[in-house]
Amino acid sequence: MSYRVHVRVVPRAGLLDPQGQAVEHALAALGFSEAANVRIGKAIELQVNAGSPKEAETRVRQMCDKLLANPVTEDYVLEVEG
Amino acid sequence: MLRVAVVRFPGSNCDFDTLRSAALAGGDPFFVWHRDTDLKDAEFVLLPGGFSYGDYLRSGAIARFSPIMPAVQRFAADGGPVLGICNGFQILCEAGLLPGALVRNARLSFVSRPVHIRVERADTAFTNGYQRGKLLRMPVAHGDGRFLALPDTLREIEAEGRVVVRYVSPVGTPAAGDDNPNGSANDIAGICNAAGNIVGLMPHPDRASDAAVGNTDGLGFFTSMLGWKIPAKGGASV
Repeated sequence: MSYRVHVRVVPRAGLLDPQGQAVEHALAALGFSEAANVRIGKAIELQVNAGSPKEAETRVRQMCDKLLANPVTEDYVLEVEG
Repeated sequence: MLRVAVVRFPGSNCDFDTLRSAALAGGDPFFVWHRDTDLKDAEFVLLPGGFSYGDYLRSGAIARFSPIMPAVQRFAADGGPVLGICNGFQILCEAGLLPGALVRNARLSFVSRPVHIRVERADTAFTNGYQRGKLLRMPVAHGDGRFLALPDTLREIEAEGRVVVRYVSPVGTPAAGDDNPNGSANDIAGICNAAGNIVGLMPHPDRASDAAVGNTDGLGFFTSMLGWKIPAKGGASV
């Protein structure tokens, strides 16, 4: 089976996120002053051949730990479709 | 003559500066391609600056899995001296050879200008030619140069005296305002591993090694190789 997996990589909680701050200021300047705690990360989507959704998740978790996220500065969440 | 390998990745752009600096220091430098798998009997390994793999994903994240990197890892684990400059520093952190990470500059913009740094460790493979406390001026050129580490790691780096160079003011006092060009924790510009054989820094000694460019403050990083006692290799003695 082929599974679509969505990975979201975000700056670790508590870490200064200058991109998020810049966007937050821009939003405030545009009148969206209700926006707070803007964090900017990346979204990675991939297709994974695996025997089960669980197996797909395990493999993608390994990919995240090894390459897709840097544990020093980033957290990630992942979601297997279907 | 010291055999000095300069590793070239796709996107390295300080490879020639680094090679030339090593030659000016009296070494016998040569290039090693990232697809090579051995270091050709190198006694020193230099990872130059640039934008390996276009800085895709994270700076250094893909280069660290290049075919040459297992050889660099083994060389470093055996006590071999390795210097990472700028992108080379990012690669060493991504590879786990140095702690911490280099992330987007605090003020977001790419910074390309001279900075001042102070030598905090004068006993590493690449700084033993300096006096401790020496004030140096050399350029930085990076977008992702803000050094960060988890709080425990940062405390350990400081407690073990593993900060090699630190950003300071032009007169050598603690950095204020823009003296720290990227928001690095504790004004850290470069660090080493516990043994002092692996060193990484964001500023470019390779761009300050030749009198022709009006600044030779960085040459000491390369001449220090001459002053480094290469630890005896394990195995059979001859």
